[in-house]
Amino acid sequence: MNLDVFFFYAFSTLALGGGLLAITRRSAVHAALALMVSLLGVAGLYLLLQAEFLFVSQIIIYIGGILLLFLFVIMLVNLDAGKGLRQFHKNWPLGAAVTVLTGLALAVLLSRAQLPPAQPMPSTGNVELIADTLFQDYLVPFEVASLLLLVAVVGSVLLARKRGA
Amino acid sequence: MITTMHYVAVSLAMLLIGTVGLLTRRNIVIILMSIELILNAVNINLVAFSKHHGNAAGQVFAIFVIAVAVAEAAVGLGILLALFRNRETVQVDEIDLLKW
Repeated sequence: MNLDVFFFYAFSTLALGGGLLAITRRSAVHAALALMVSLLGVAGLYLLLQAEFLFVSQIIIYIGGILLLFLFVIMLVNLDAGKGLRQFHKNWPLGAAVTVLTGLALAVLLSRAQLPPAQPMPSTGNVELIADTLFQDYLVPFEVASLLLLVAVVGSVLLARKRGA
Repeated sequence: MITTMHYVAVSLAMLLIGTVGLLTRRNIVIILMSIELILNAVNINLVAFSKHHGNAAGQVFAIFVIAVAVAEAAVGLGILLALFRNRETVQVDEIDLLKW
């Protein structure tokens, strides 16, 4: 069997299986760990797509940053109090129906899609290529993103601090 | 042979997993995790088409999506902490003060 095919299916299984586990677990900590498996699978898919920079960023930012934030919050709010309760709210069939409809519509759309012929990536390295694109064509959005992150940091500190502290 | 459509199919499956988690779960933290799954599905799509077109712009957009996801998670979890301090619950259907 071709190695590419094998790794594609392995990483896809990790990504989708982890995602399925993450939304079905009772314990929020288990869900966070399942989400980590899923994010690792996605990182593997980036590697297969020759996006090495995103592979590394995915692991550092998502698994090292966002997931850690989730785990901290889970510890702070003692989510396990809700473990014995119902996990799905009473309108869940509506949500499931919307999802099925969306899935059907997108699947029909995709089955009719005609892709243009594939083009090769430029032969420069991936990091160099991203840096060129980011700092030449997308410099203003890059600065706006840094402003967004600053606002998010200040905002989350303001929201999470105790009243009167 | 793995084509771009394979990656798009994986991305679609992940989007649906995220949507069903977002729309059916009661726990806010799981809902935020579902949003991360949806954003990851978008990223797979962007990177797959970036490779297909031989153009790095898709990967740059994926970086922006990651930055927005980080901001969203930080603010969302901050709101969650403030909410838990006031209402002592993280179940979305118990937070109905604004419901008529």
